[in-house]
Amino acid sequence: MIEVHNLTKHYGPITAIRDVSFTVAPGEIVGFLGPNGAGKSTTMRILSCFMPASGGTAKVAGYDVFAESLEVRRRIGYLPENVPLYTDLRVGPYLEFVAEIKGVPRSDRKRRVVEAMERCRILDVQNRLIGKLSKGYRQRVGLAQAIVSDPAVLILDEPTIGLDPKQITEIRDLIKSLAGDHTVILSTHILPEVSMVCSSVVIINQGVIVAQGPIDSLVEQFFPTARVEVEIAGPSPDAVREALGVIPGVVSVTDVPGSDGIGRYIVESSRGRDVRGEVFQLAAQRRWDLRELRRIGMTLEEVFLHVVAGEQSHTGESA
Amino acid sequence: MKVWPIFKKEMRLYFTSPVAWVIMAVFIFIAGYFFHSIFNYYARVSMQSAMNPMGGGLNVTDGVLRPLFSNFSVILLLMMPLLTMRLFAEERRSGTIELLLTYPVRDGAVLLGKFLAAFALYALMIALTLVFPAIIWYFAPLEGGPILTGYVGLLLMGATFIAVGVFASSLTENQIVAALVSFLILLMFWVVGWSADFADPALGRVLQHLSLTEHNESFAKGVFETKDIIFYMDFTLVALFLALRSLEARRWKG
Repeated sequence: MIEVHNLTKHYGPITAIRDVSFTVAPGEIVGFLGPNGAGKSTTMRILSCFMPASGGTAKVAGYDVFAESLEVRRRIGYLPENVPLYTDLRVGPYLEFVAEIKGVPRSDRKRRVVEAMERCRILDVQNRLIGKLSKGYRQRVGLAQAIVSDPAVLILDEPTIGLDPKQITEIRDLIKSLAGDHTVILSTHILPEVSMVCSSVVIINQGVIVAQGPIDSLVEQFFPTARVEVEIAGPSPDAVREALGVIPGVVSVTDVPGSDGIGRYIVESSRGRDVRGEVFQLAAQRRWDLRELRRIGMTLEEVFLHVVAGEQSHTGESA
Repeated sequence: MKVWPIFKKEMRLYFTSPVAWVIMAVFIFIAGYFFHSIFNYYARVSMQSAMNPMGGGLNVTDGVLRPLFSNFSVILLLMMPLLTMRLFAEERRSGTIELLLTYPVRDGAVLLGKFLAAFALYALMIALTLVFPAIIWYFAPLEGGPILTGYVGLLLMGATFIAVGVFASSLTENQIVAALVSFLILLMFWVVGWSADFADPALGRVLQHLSLTEHNESFAKGVFETKDIIFYMDFTLVALFLALRSLEARRWKG
């Protein structure tokens, strides 16, 4: 549904994105992750036909964003980062304007507008001036204008920013409900959000894609071992490390960085092996105090920090 | 072409914000003051000429309407940039242009919708001044022809003012800059005829022809001159064409 090949964008001497390539299958929800200034918004602006790329191609629904921009724009709903809206219009008339300009037939227009307002829960403010709405309501009006024409592709730049926790959950549910019929690409800083909503992710850092794929396979790719963090009060760290090391399947035992003397260790084992039971048995046998035992290294957040931090230290070295 | 939704949106924006109301009120106030002075002056002059056996040859068309229309053009020169400065500059500043230009609508349709909205507001504003001929007509016989041509002239001239304003607004995200640029362009084309007297005769005629006000004279006299109509229409089209280029430039700037 979305195909991006070697997309590059320069702003004068600054390169915002370089050779970005990814594809999004129909019906998929893809999370676009990256620190501030990584090039997320730039990519989305190119996809939404707001500005041209300096190099590379991007296709949405089979149409080129540059050569067949009008066809692309018929099929997308776009929510820009800071939700620019006409502050002097009322919510209802504004959405009617959007529906009309996006080519929703007259007979469907009223119904679609009401539907979009219902889904975004803004029916109660439909007669208010947009300029008088709170940030959360404006955000939802922005989302409503993106979905009002029921587009095949939704491009959402930080759709949950500025919302309160309850609204965030509502918007997430809304986005999740769009999956299947719609292809969604959304950017965010909130990592748990991505694991909850998205089927796969693209992680971009300093204008370059550093990781992409389904969340599970990304985790596997960056953390090939299963990891367990334990806190054991044993006679000496060496003894504990040695005892943990002989558990079948354990690949390595290391101290948790910066925890000297507390007795915290990371036990890595081959993926698929859960050593927590054996760790517990070991501690019980030796009559060591087992204070904590948990699995780590399985979340997207850790992948994200790993690739982003890794990239930064890498460029730091080359500089 | 999706001109209509853009037109409606712009009209809503003019009227839900105080802009349209304030501009119309200010315009009609100033125009009313001019009318009052001109009409009073004319009344005094005609009183004197009635007592003077040598007097005569006065008529309201020449004595009131023509000066009134030429005064209108001065007020419009000052006010039209304020009417148009918002059109693109505000969209750029607030970022709404990012949404507007990612809707499935051609740049030309956006431009035309905005132009027509400003023109409709202008026409409404001008229509309010019909009350002045009505007042004259109450006191003195009035010819319909010059009024008609005078208003057609005002509409044509207004269209060029608006087109220039739209172009200026498409250049910047600052409304004040947009207003000043359109004021500058309009003023230069206003006074360009003045230097005609000092210039080489051939050049002088060209300069004369370029002047925005020069072409309004004939309308106020009750004459439709093809060359004047063509001049205003050409001027409008060129300004709109430049505005379209300035909009499209953004789509190409890699």
